[in-house]
Amino acid sequence: MVEFVNNPHSQNMVRYGKERENVLVLSGDLTGSTEIAEFKKQLPEKFVSMGMAEQNMLSWAGGLAREGYVPFLHTFAVFLYRRPYDQLSMSVAYPNLKVRLVGFLPGIMTPGGVTHQAIEDISVLRSVPNMTIFETGDATDVETVLDATDDINGPVYIRMLRGRLARLFPKNEPLKFNTARILNEGDDITVLSSGICTEEAMKAVNLLKEKGVHVKHLHISTLKPFTDERVVKALKESKKGVITIENHSAIGGLGSAVAEVMAENGISTKLTKIGIPDTYGHGASAEYLMRKFGLDALGLLNTIEKVLDRNLNITEEQVKAFDLKEEQEDIKQTQLEAL
Amino acid sequence: MDVGSNVVQSTQLKLDEQYEYKKMEQMAHGIRQRVLELTIEKNGCYLSQALSSAETVAVLYGGLMKLGESQAPFDAPAFGGIPGNSNKDYVTGAAYNGPTGPGYDRLLISPAHYAVVIYAALVESGRLSPDSLKEFNVDGSIVEQIGAEHSPGFELTTGSFGQAISQAGGIAHARKMRNEEGRVFLFMSDGELEEGQTWEGIQAAAHYKLDNLVVYVDVNGQQYDGWTKDVMNIEPINSRIEAFGGTCVTVDGHNIKELVKASQAPTEGKPLFVLCYTNSAQGLPELDYRKPNLHFVRFRDHEVEQFKAILEKMKKGVR
Repeated sequence: MVEFVNNPHSQNMVRYGKERENVLVLSGDLTGSTEIAEFKKQLPEKFVSMGMAEQNMLSWAGGLAREGYVPFLHTFAVFLYRRPYDQLSMSVAYPNLKVRLVGFLPGIMTPGGVTHQAIEDISVLRSVPNMTIFETGDATDVETVLDATDDINGPVYIRMLRGRLARLFPKNEPLKFNTARILNEGDDITVLSSGICTEEAMKAVNLLKEKGVHVKHLHISTLKPFTDERVVKALKESKKGVITIENHSAIGGLGSAVAEVMAENGISTKLTKIGIPDTYGHGASAEYLMRKFGLDALGLLNTIEKVLDRNLNITEEQVKAFDLKEEQEDIKQTQLEAL
Repeated sequence: MDVGSNVVQSTQLKLDEQYEYKKMEQMAHGIRQRVLELTIEKNGCYLSQALSSAETVAVLYGGLMKLGESQAPFDAPAFGGIPGNSNKDYVTGAAYNGPTGPGYDRLLISPAHYAVVIYAALVESGRLSPDSLKEFNVDGSIVEQIGAEHSPGFELTTGSFGQAISQAGGIAHARKMRNEEGRVFLFMSDGELEEGQTWEGIQAAAHYKLDNLVVYVDVNGQQYDGWTKDVMNIEPINSRIEAFGGTCVTVDGHNIKELVKASQAPTEGKPLFVLCYTNSAQGLPELDYRKPNLHFVRFRDHEVEQFKAILEKMKKGVR
């Protein structure tokens, strides 16, 4: 049985803001779509409307942070790093200020199309000095990621999920900075997944158990820094290769971070990166685009077959048996409403 | 005599008692002299920026702003690394302007290439040693040609234009939310008014009624490519700013009294903009012939002796 949680960030942002004196929430005119309407209602004195002016919002946040406030900027991810990149870099990251960038609609989460799909955010931000990058993958990650930022004395970017979210990880096991979650043990192949792809990878891993393939599966929630010893160990242990799967361009994200770690540690096994294959998205459902780019369980299974050079006789029906059907419909509905 | 002019007269009298205009004038002269000297010594400098803004910066450092004692070493230290978690001892160049706490005014610099003017003003106000100017544009020095937040007098990193007004807005907003005494002074140049972010910043400062934000703009009418009116017209600045919700005062940027008085203009809950119309060759008419190409001044070989002679006269106080 999988628990589902409605809008976990909405409630969590309110709790977090109530517990901390200097927290502010800045909105880029997407208050409802970024789940801060409840925060605005309950903590109006800590809510700052910045309108549709993201360049100003980034620099303004720098000014507030210099004065000791900790601003949490809420808008779609593309409007936090793509449009105001210079401001992010010079007004926030260079001075190493405690500004929190809460980016919604990572990767292909939205039918809003290419303008709304943040497919290269991790790639861009990994190379920004002083930056820390988190990505959430379930309700527990969303409920605990804000607390994980407390001790980070510098800018933080969070790939945030919204709506009705599955709880894949135990409620009492919070997201920990620079610490992968080990979801399955095995030494045939190592799979590292992040964000919404972790749910897909979990389905695939469970199916593979039935086929006698043993996967070591890690869920990655800190993309920068990327120095977790658990990751290095898992990469070393794999007999038949490493696969990464992420809701992001195959260039510059999790797959590239893993490639760097493998090269730097002299780990000589084959790496296969599943991601958006150096292309832009378009306006379509997340489910459709995940299938198109192979970011789903079936896509991962097909890749594993290739890596192992084995036909596992996997059918779509077998994969569907592991789906969380009803709830996925709900998530889609929420996304459509928000746009 | 009507009541209005009585009020104006008494305000002027109060200002005349409160501020040392003569000292401010001497500082402006000193700024021009020091930057001319650097232009000769370093074979090039942002000289015209000093010529246009000397009075504005002299007024700000010469008593208009409420600044405390410098918290920084008299001799500029070497570059100590960028802000970051491996650099715990990092301090910004704002330490040269004094403490940043409640009650003090803050000076934020937007056009970072005016750095030499700020350094010269710090020397003129006894906050930085004259020898530190010799470090200007020397490798490993914080007295950089284009200042960043480690440079003396700088609190922000603003070489990318348009960002300072938003950062100043954030700082003024924070002080407003805390009901903190003290104003935030931002020094800007006119070319930056071409940047879209500038207008986002004015819009937001007006929205949050930041009457603790005062912006002095050096309107010298020139930018890198030539006259601003030819490159990308920004006039009428006054009515544009007012339309965006700011209060605007226009002054002769070389008139100390007007520059001081402008800071007292009633703001009615709005950010205050002081447009300082200036001459980019003020005090050195020998450079008039180069207008509008004065963004970075390097003397030609045959000019060096001429300007050295002018510098000597300035040092002796005969011009």
